[in-house]
Amino acid sequence: MAETVLSIRDLRKTFGALKATDGVSLDLRVGEIHALIGPNGAGKTTLIHQISGSIKPDHGTIHFRGEDISRLGVAERARRGLGRSFQISSLAPEFSALRNVMLAVQARQGSSFRFFRPVMTDRSLIEPAMAVLEQTGLGSRAHLPAAELSHGERRQLEIAIALALGSKAFLFDEPMAGMGPEGSRQLTAFLDRLRAQAPILLVEHDMEAVFALADRISVLVYGRVIASGTVDEIRNDAEVRRAYLGEAS
Amino acid sequence: MSTALIIEQLLNGLQFGVMLFLMAAGLTLIFGVMGLINLAHGSLYMIGAFACAVVAAATGSFWLGLAASLVAAAAAGALVELAVIRRLYDRDHLDQVLATFALILIFSEGARWVFGSFPLYLDIPPVLQGAVSLLGGAHYQLYRLAIIGVGIVVAAGLYLLISRTRLGMRIRAGQSDREMIAALGVDIGTLYTVVFALGAALAGLAGALVGALQSVQVGMGEPVLILAFVVIVIGGIGSVKGALVGAILVGVVDTLGRFLLPKLFAIFLGPAEGATTGAAVASMLIYIVMALILAFRPKGLFAANT
Amino acid sequence: MTAGAMNRETLFNTVLAVLLLVLPLAAVAIGEPFYVTLATRMAILALAAVGLNLALGLGGLVSFGHAAFFGIGGYVAGIFASHAFNQEPMLFGFEGSDQMPVIWLSAMLVSALVAVPIGAISLRTSGVYFIMITLAFAQMIYYFAISWPAYGGEDGLSILTRNAFPGLNTAQPISFFLICYGLLMAGLLLFWFVRNSRFGAALQAARQNEARVAAVGIAPFRIRLAAFAMSAAITGVAGALFADLNRFASPSMLSWQMSGELIVLIVLGGTARLFGPVAGAILFVLFEFALGGLTERWQLFLGLILLGVVLFARGGLIGLFAGKARHG
Repeated sequence: MAETVLSIRDLRKTFGALKATDGVSLDLRVGEIHALIGPNGAGKTTLIHQISGSIKPDHGTIHFRGEDISRLGVAERARRGLGRSFQISSLAPEFSALRNVMLAVQARQGSSFRFFRPVMTDRSLIEPAMAVLEQTGLGSRAHLPAAELSHGERRQLEIAIALALGSKAFLFDEPMAGMGPEGSRQLTAFLDRLRAQAPILLVEHDMEAVFALADRISVLVYGRVIASGTVDEIRNDAEVRRAYLGEAS
Repeated sequence: MSTALIIEQLLNGLQFGVMLFLMAAGLTLIFGVMGLINLAHGSLYMIGAFACAVVAAATGSFWLGLAASLVAAAAAGALVELAVIRRLYDRDHLDQVLATFALILIFSEGARWVFGSFPLYLDIPPVLQGAVSLLGGAHYQLYRLAIIGVGIVVAAGLYLLISRTRLGMRIRAGQSDREMIAALGVDIGTLYTVVFALGAALAGLAGALVGALQSVQVGMGEPVLILAFVVIVIGGIGSVKGALVGAILVGVVDTLGRFLLPKLFAIFLGPAEGATTGAAVASMLIYIVMALILAFRPKGLFAANT
Repeated sequence: MTAGAMNRETLFNTVLAVLLLVLPLAAVAIGEPFYVTLATRMAILALAAVGLNLALGLGGLVSFGHAAFFGIGGYVAGIFASHAFNQEPMLFGFEGSDQMPVIWLSAMLVSALVAVPIGAISLRTSGVYFIMITLAFAQMIYYFAISWPAYGGEDGLSILTRNAFPGLNTAQPISFFLICYGLLMAGLLLFWFVRNSRFGAALQAARQNEARVAAVGIAPFRIRLAAFAMSAAITGVAGALFADLNRFASPSMLSWQMSGELIVLIVLGGTARLFGPVAGAILFVLFEFALGGLTERWQLFLGLILLGVVLFARGGLIGLFAGKARHG
């Protein structure tokens, strides 16, 4: 079995009476896309927040590349190679696409406490950033402010940033949301290639994309993983069909 | 140091706290419902004090003056809300700070223009002059006791208003979800004007009540405003309960600090040195308390809408 | 990208820089030294606002407490000068100093050292909390200054003779102006470098989207704290110059009105613009001088103008001339 990159054990989080995460355990292994599906309100985004560090779980551990990261903040987890995209596009809107990616390159290189060299002539920032933009198909849009990009382009930019960080694992929260069929197809092909670079934990509603991409699928309902397995296993799981697929179709 | 003296200082602290509460309650409501930081709240306090002093001098009645302070401050508040403030709800905090800073300049210079630079004086009404005896042989100014009474009445009134009335329901709805009150069919514009005028009236009341203890002059509002900020930062912005607790805390700590610290420092540093050091430290005490509370509760003691 | 707008801004900046230098020189030539003092005041206030612009403009940190650092700079100048004059040791046998470079470095250091704890507490919060807390801490320092009698208390602290700068006669208004102008240019240069640096990129990105900055692995708190301390240091130097200009370190330098005025300068000129504080300071001092000459109530009109700018003319003077700011 391939090596485990991200390992979550018995994560729990309640908001008042609501059990948003109720004893979730799952693994992400080298080279795979692990899809996380479930009906709205199942707690998928809350789970992503806990993995990336913006919400603190009440209980449970998160190990990343052998290290317990459960107590680290967002920035520290990101520095260790956990790249995420947001469900709602989260960019520096006034900055160009290029400067958004350059910020990630800068973060990857280490110090932001450099006060003198102007970034806009710094080839050690610009070149890797442009390369990633080309790779994600945004090369021609590099100089537009993020706020002026289309919805789909902003999602691509999110992914470009995660790439530029040299992430060792990606957490993508509904990257297909709001994309047209052509955009979805391109992104699917892109994610398909990306898994070789680093494994992906993918939250997605687009079932076509999930079934095309996922090596494994976990189904989250009311904060619990009710089933986990290969695409075929999940397709044929009676409980999943009842709880989720039946409802969705 | 006698018990009587301590009781007197405690009551002074309580009275100061009540006055801060009247200021802070309005500020915190306005922030909670409209998301607005209003630096000009101190000007409304000043307007209340001037209205009371002028009307009391003209009619010879403190009570008419007090009524005038409520009316004048509420009217000024409503007017300012309609003319300026409502253009600021959608703006960032920087714009709100600047525009309300501009209002301070306008109100202060305007008041100086109309009333001159010399302070006005306001007498304590005859009924409330004199002192009362307390337990342990202490005597205390009746008027200050009455201010504490007003504070209790206002706190209870606000509690009932917010928990029991239709307006209160709308205020609570506004604090938790601004879109919801629109969905409920509430006229938000009117609600905002009413809340702003209510906050202004409370500030005006505070100004009028304090006007009889100190002098009434331009610039009297801003030091109190900044203390009221400390109060709501401690209490949690948006929370009236937090404003009450914070105000009493600040009032009592500040008053007792100024009373006790010089004596305390005198033990170690000798009387002269101790008095000056103690006074200097006492002047910073509430800010230190604020810093300590923030270090543990960055959103204050009773954070409302987080 | 509107290259024209950029060039127009550069042109506008150059004109401002040249005007601010040439006018006082011309004033000396025609024997009107009063205008030199006016220009000196502009340069010093502009420098103070350049400091604040680093936190407020680039970082989006609306500090309503920068008077604290302005005043601390002023008091460092006053206290050092008075100890040097009286030859009284202050700390560890240090006898103060009347040398401007020593005073400036100390003003920067002390301002930054005070800014670190204030920033560390205030930056745990954001939005209106940050505004109110910075205001409160500045007020704390103000009350401390007026209740601490050793250095003048409410009366402030006089500087009997203006502090010295090697090779120049600082008592001459034009020499002192040139010193202040030089420091203003140095401050602007520093601001330019910071804005275009990696640090500046992180700082500006944190203003636009804090979560994004954290998600790429940069902790916004540390970036902001460093920016806040640098900002305080620059404003502190300006405070030292201001005390030297007036030969007086006044508690009013620490007042909340001063904090408000510094914000006003920036917004009048153009928030986050390189020369915003310069344009704002020139405008502000001109208002004060022109309106102050016409009416005692000039602050009333300042209030009305400010209200108009906030409600209707966002972008300040530079925005009016050069259009919206762009970030490459």
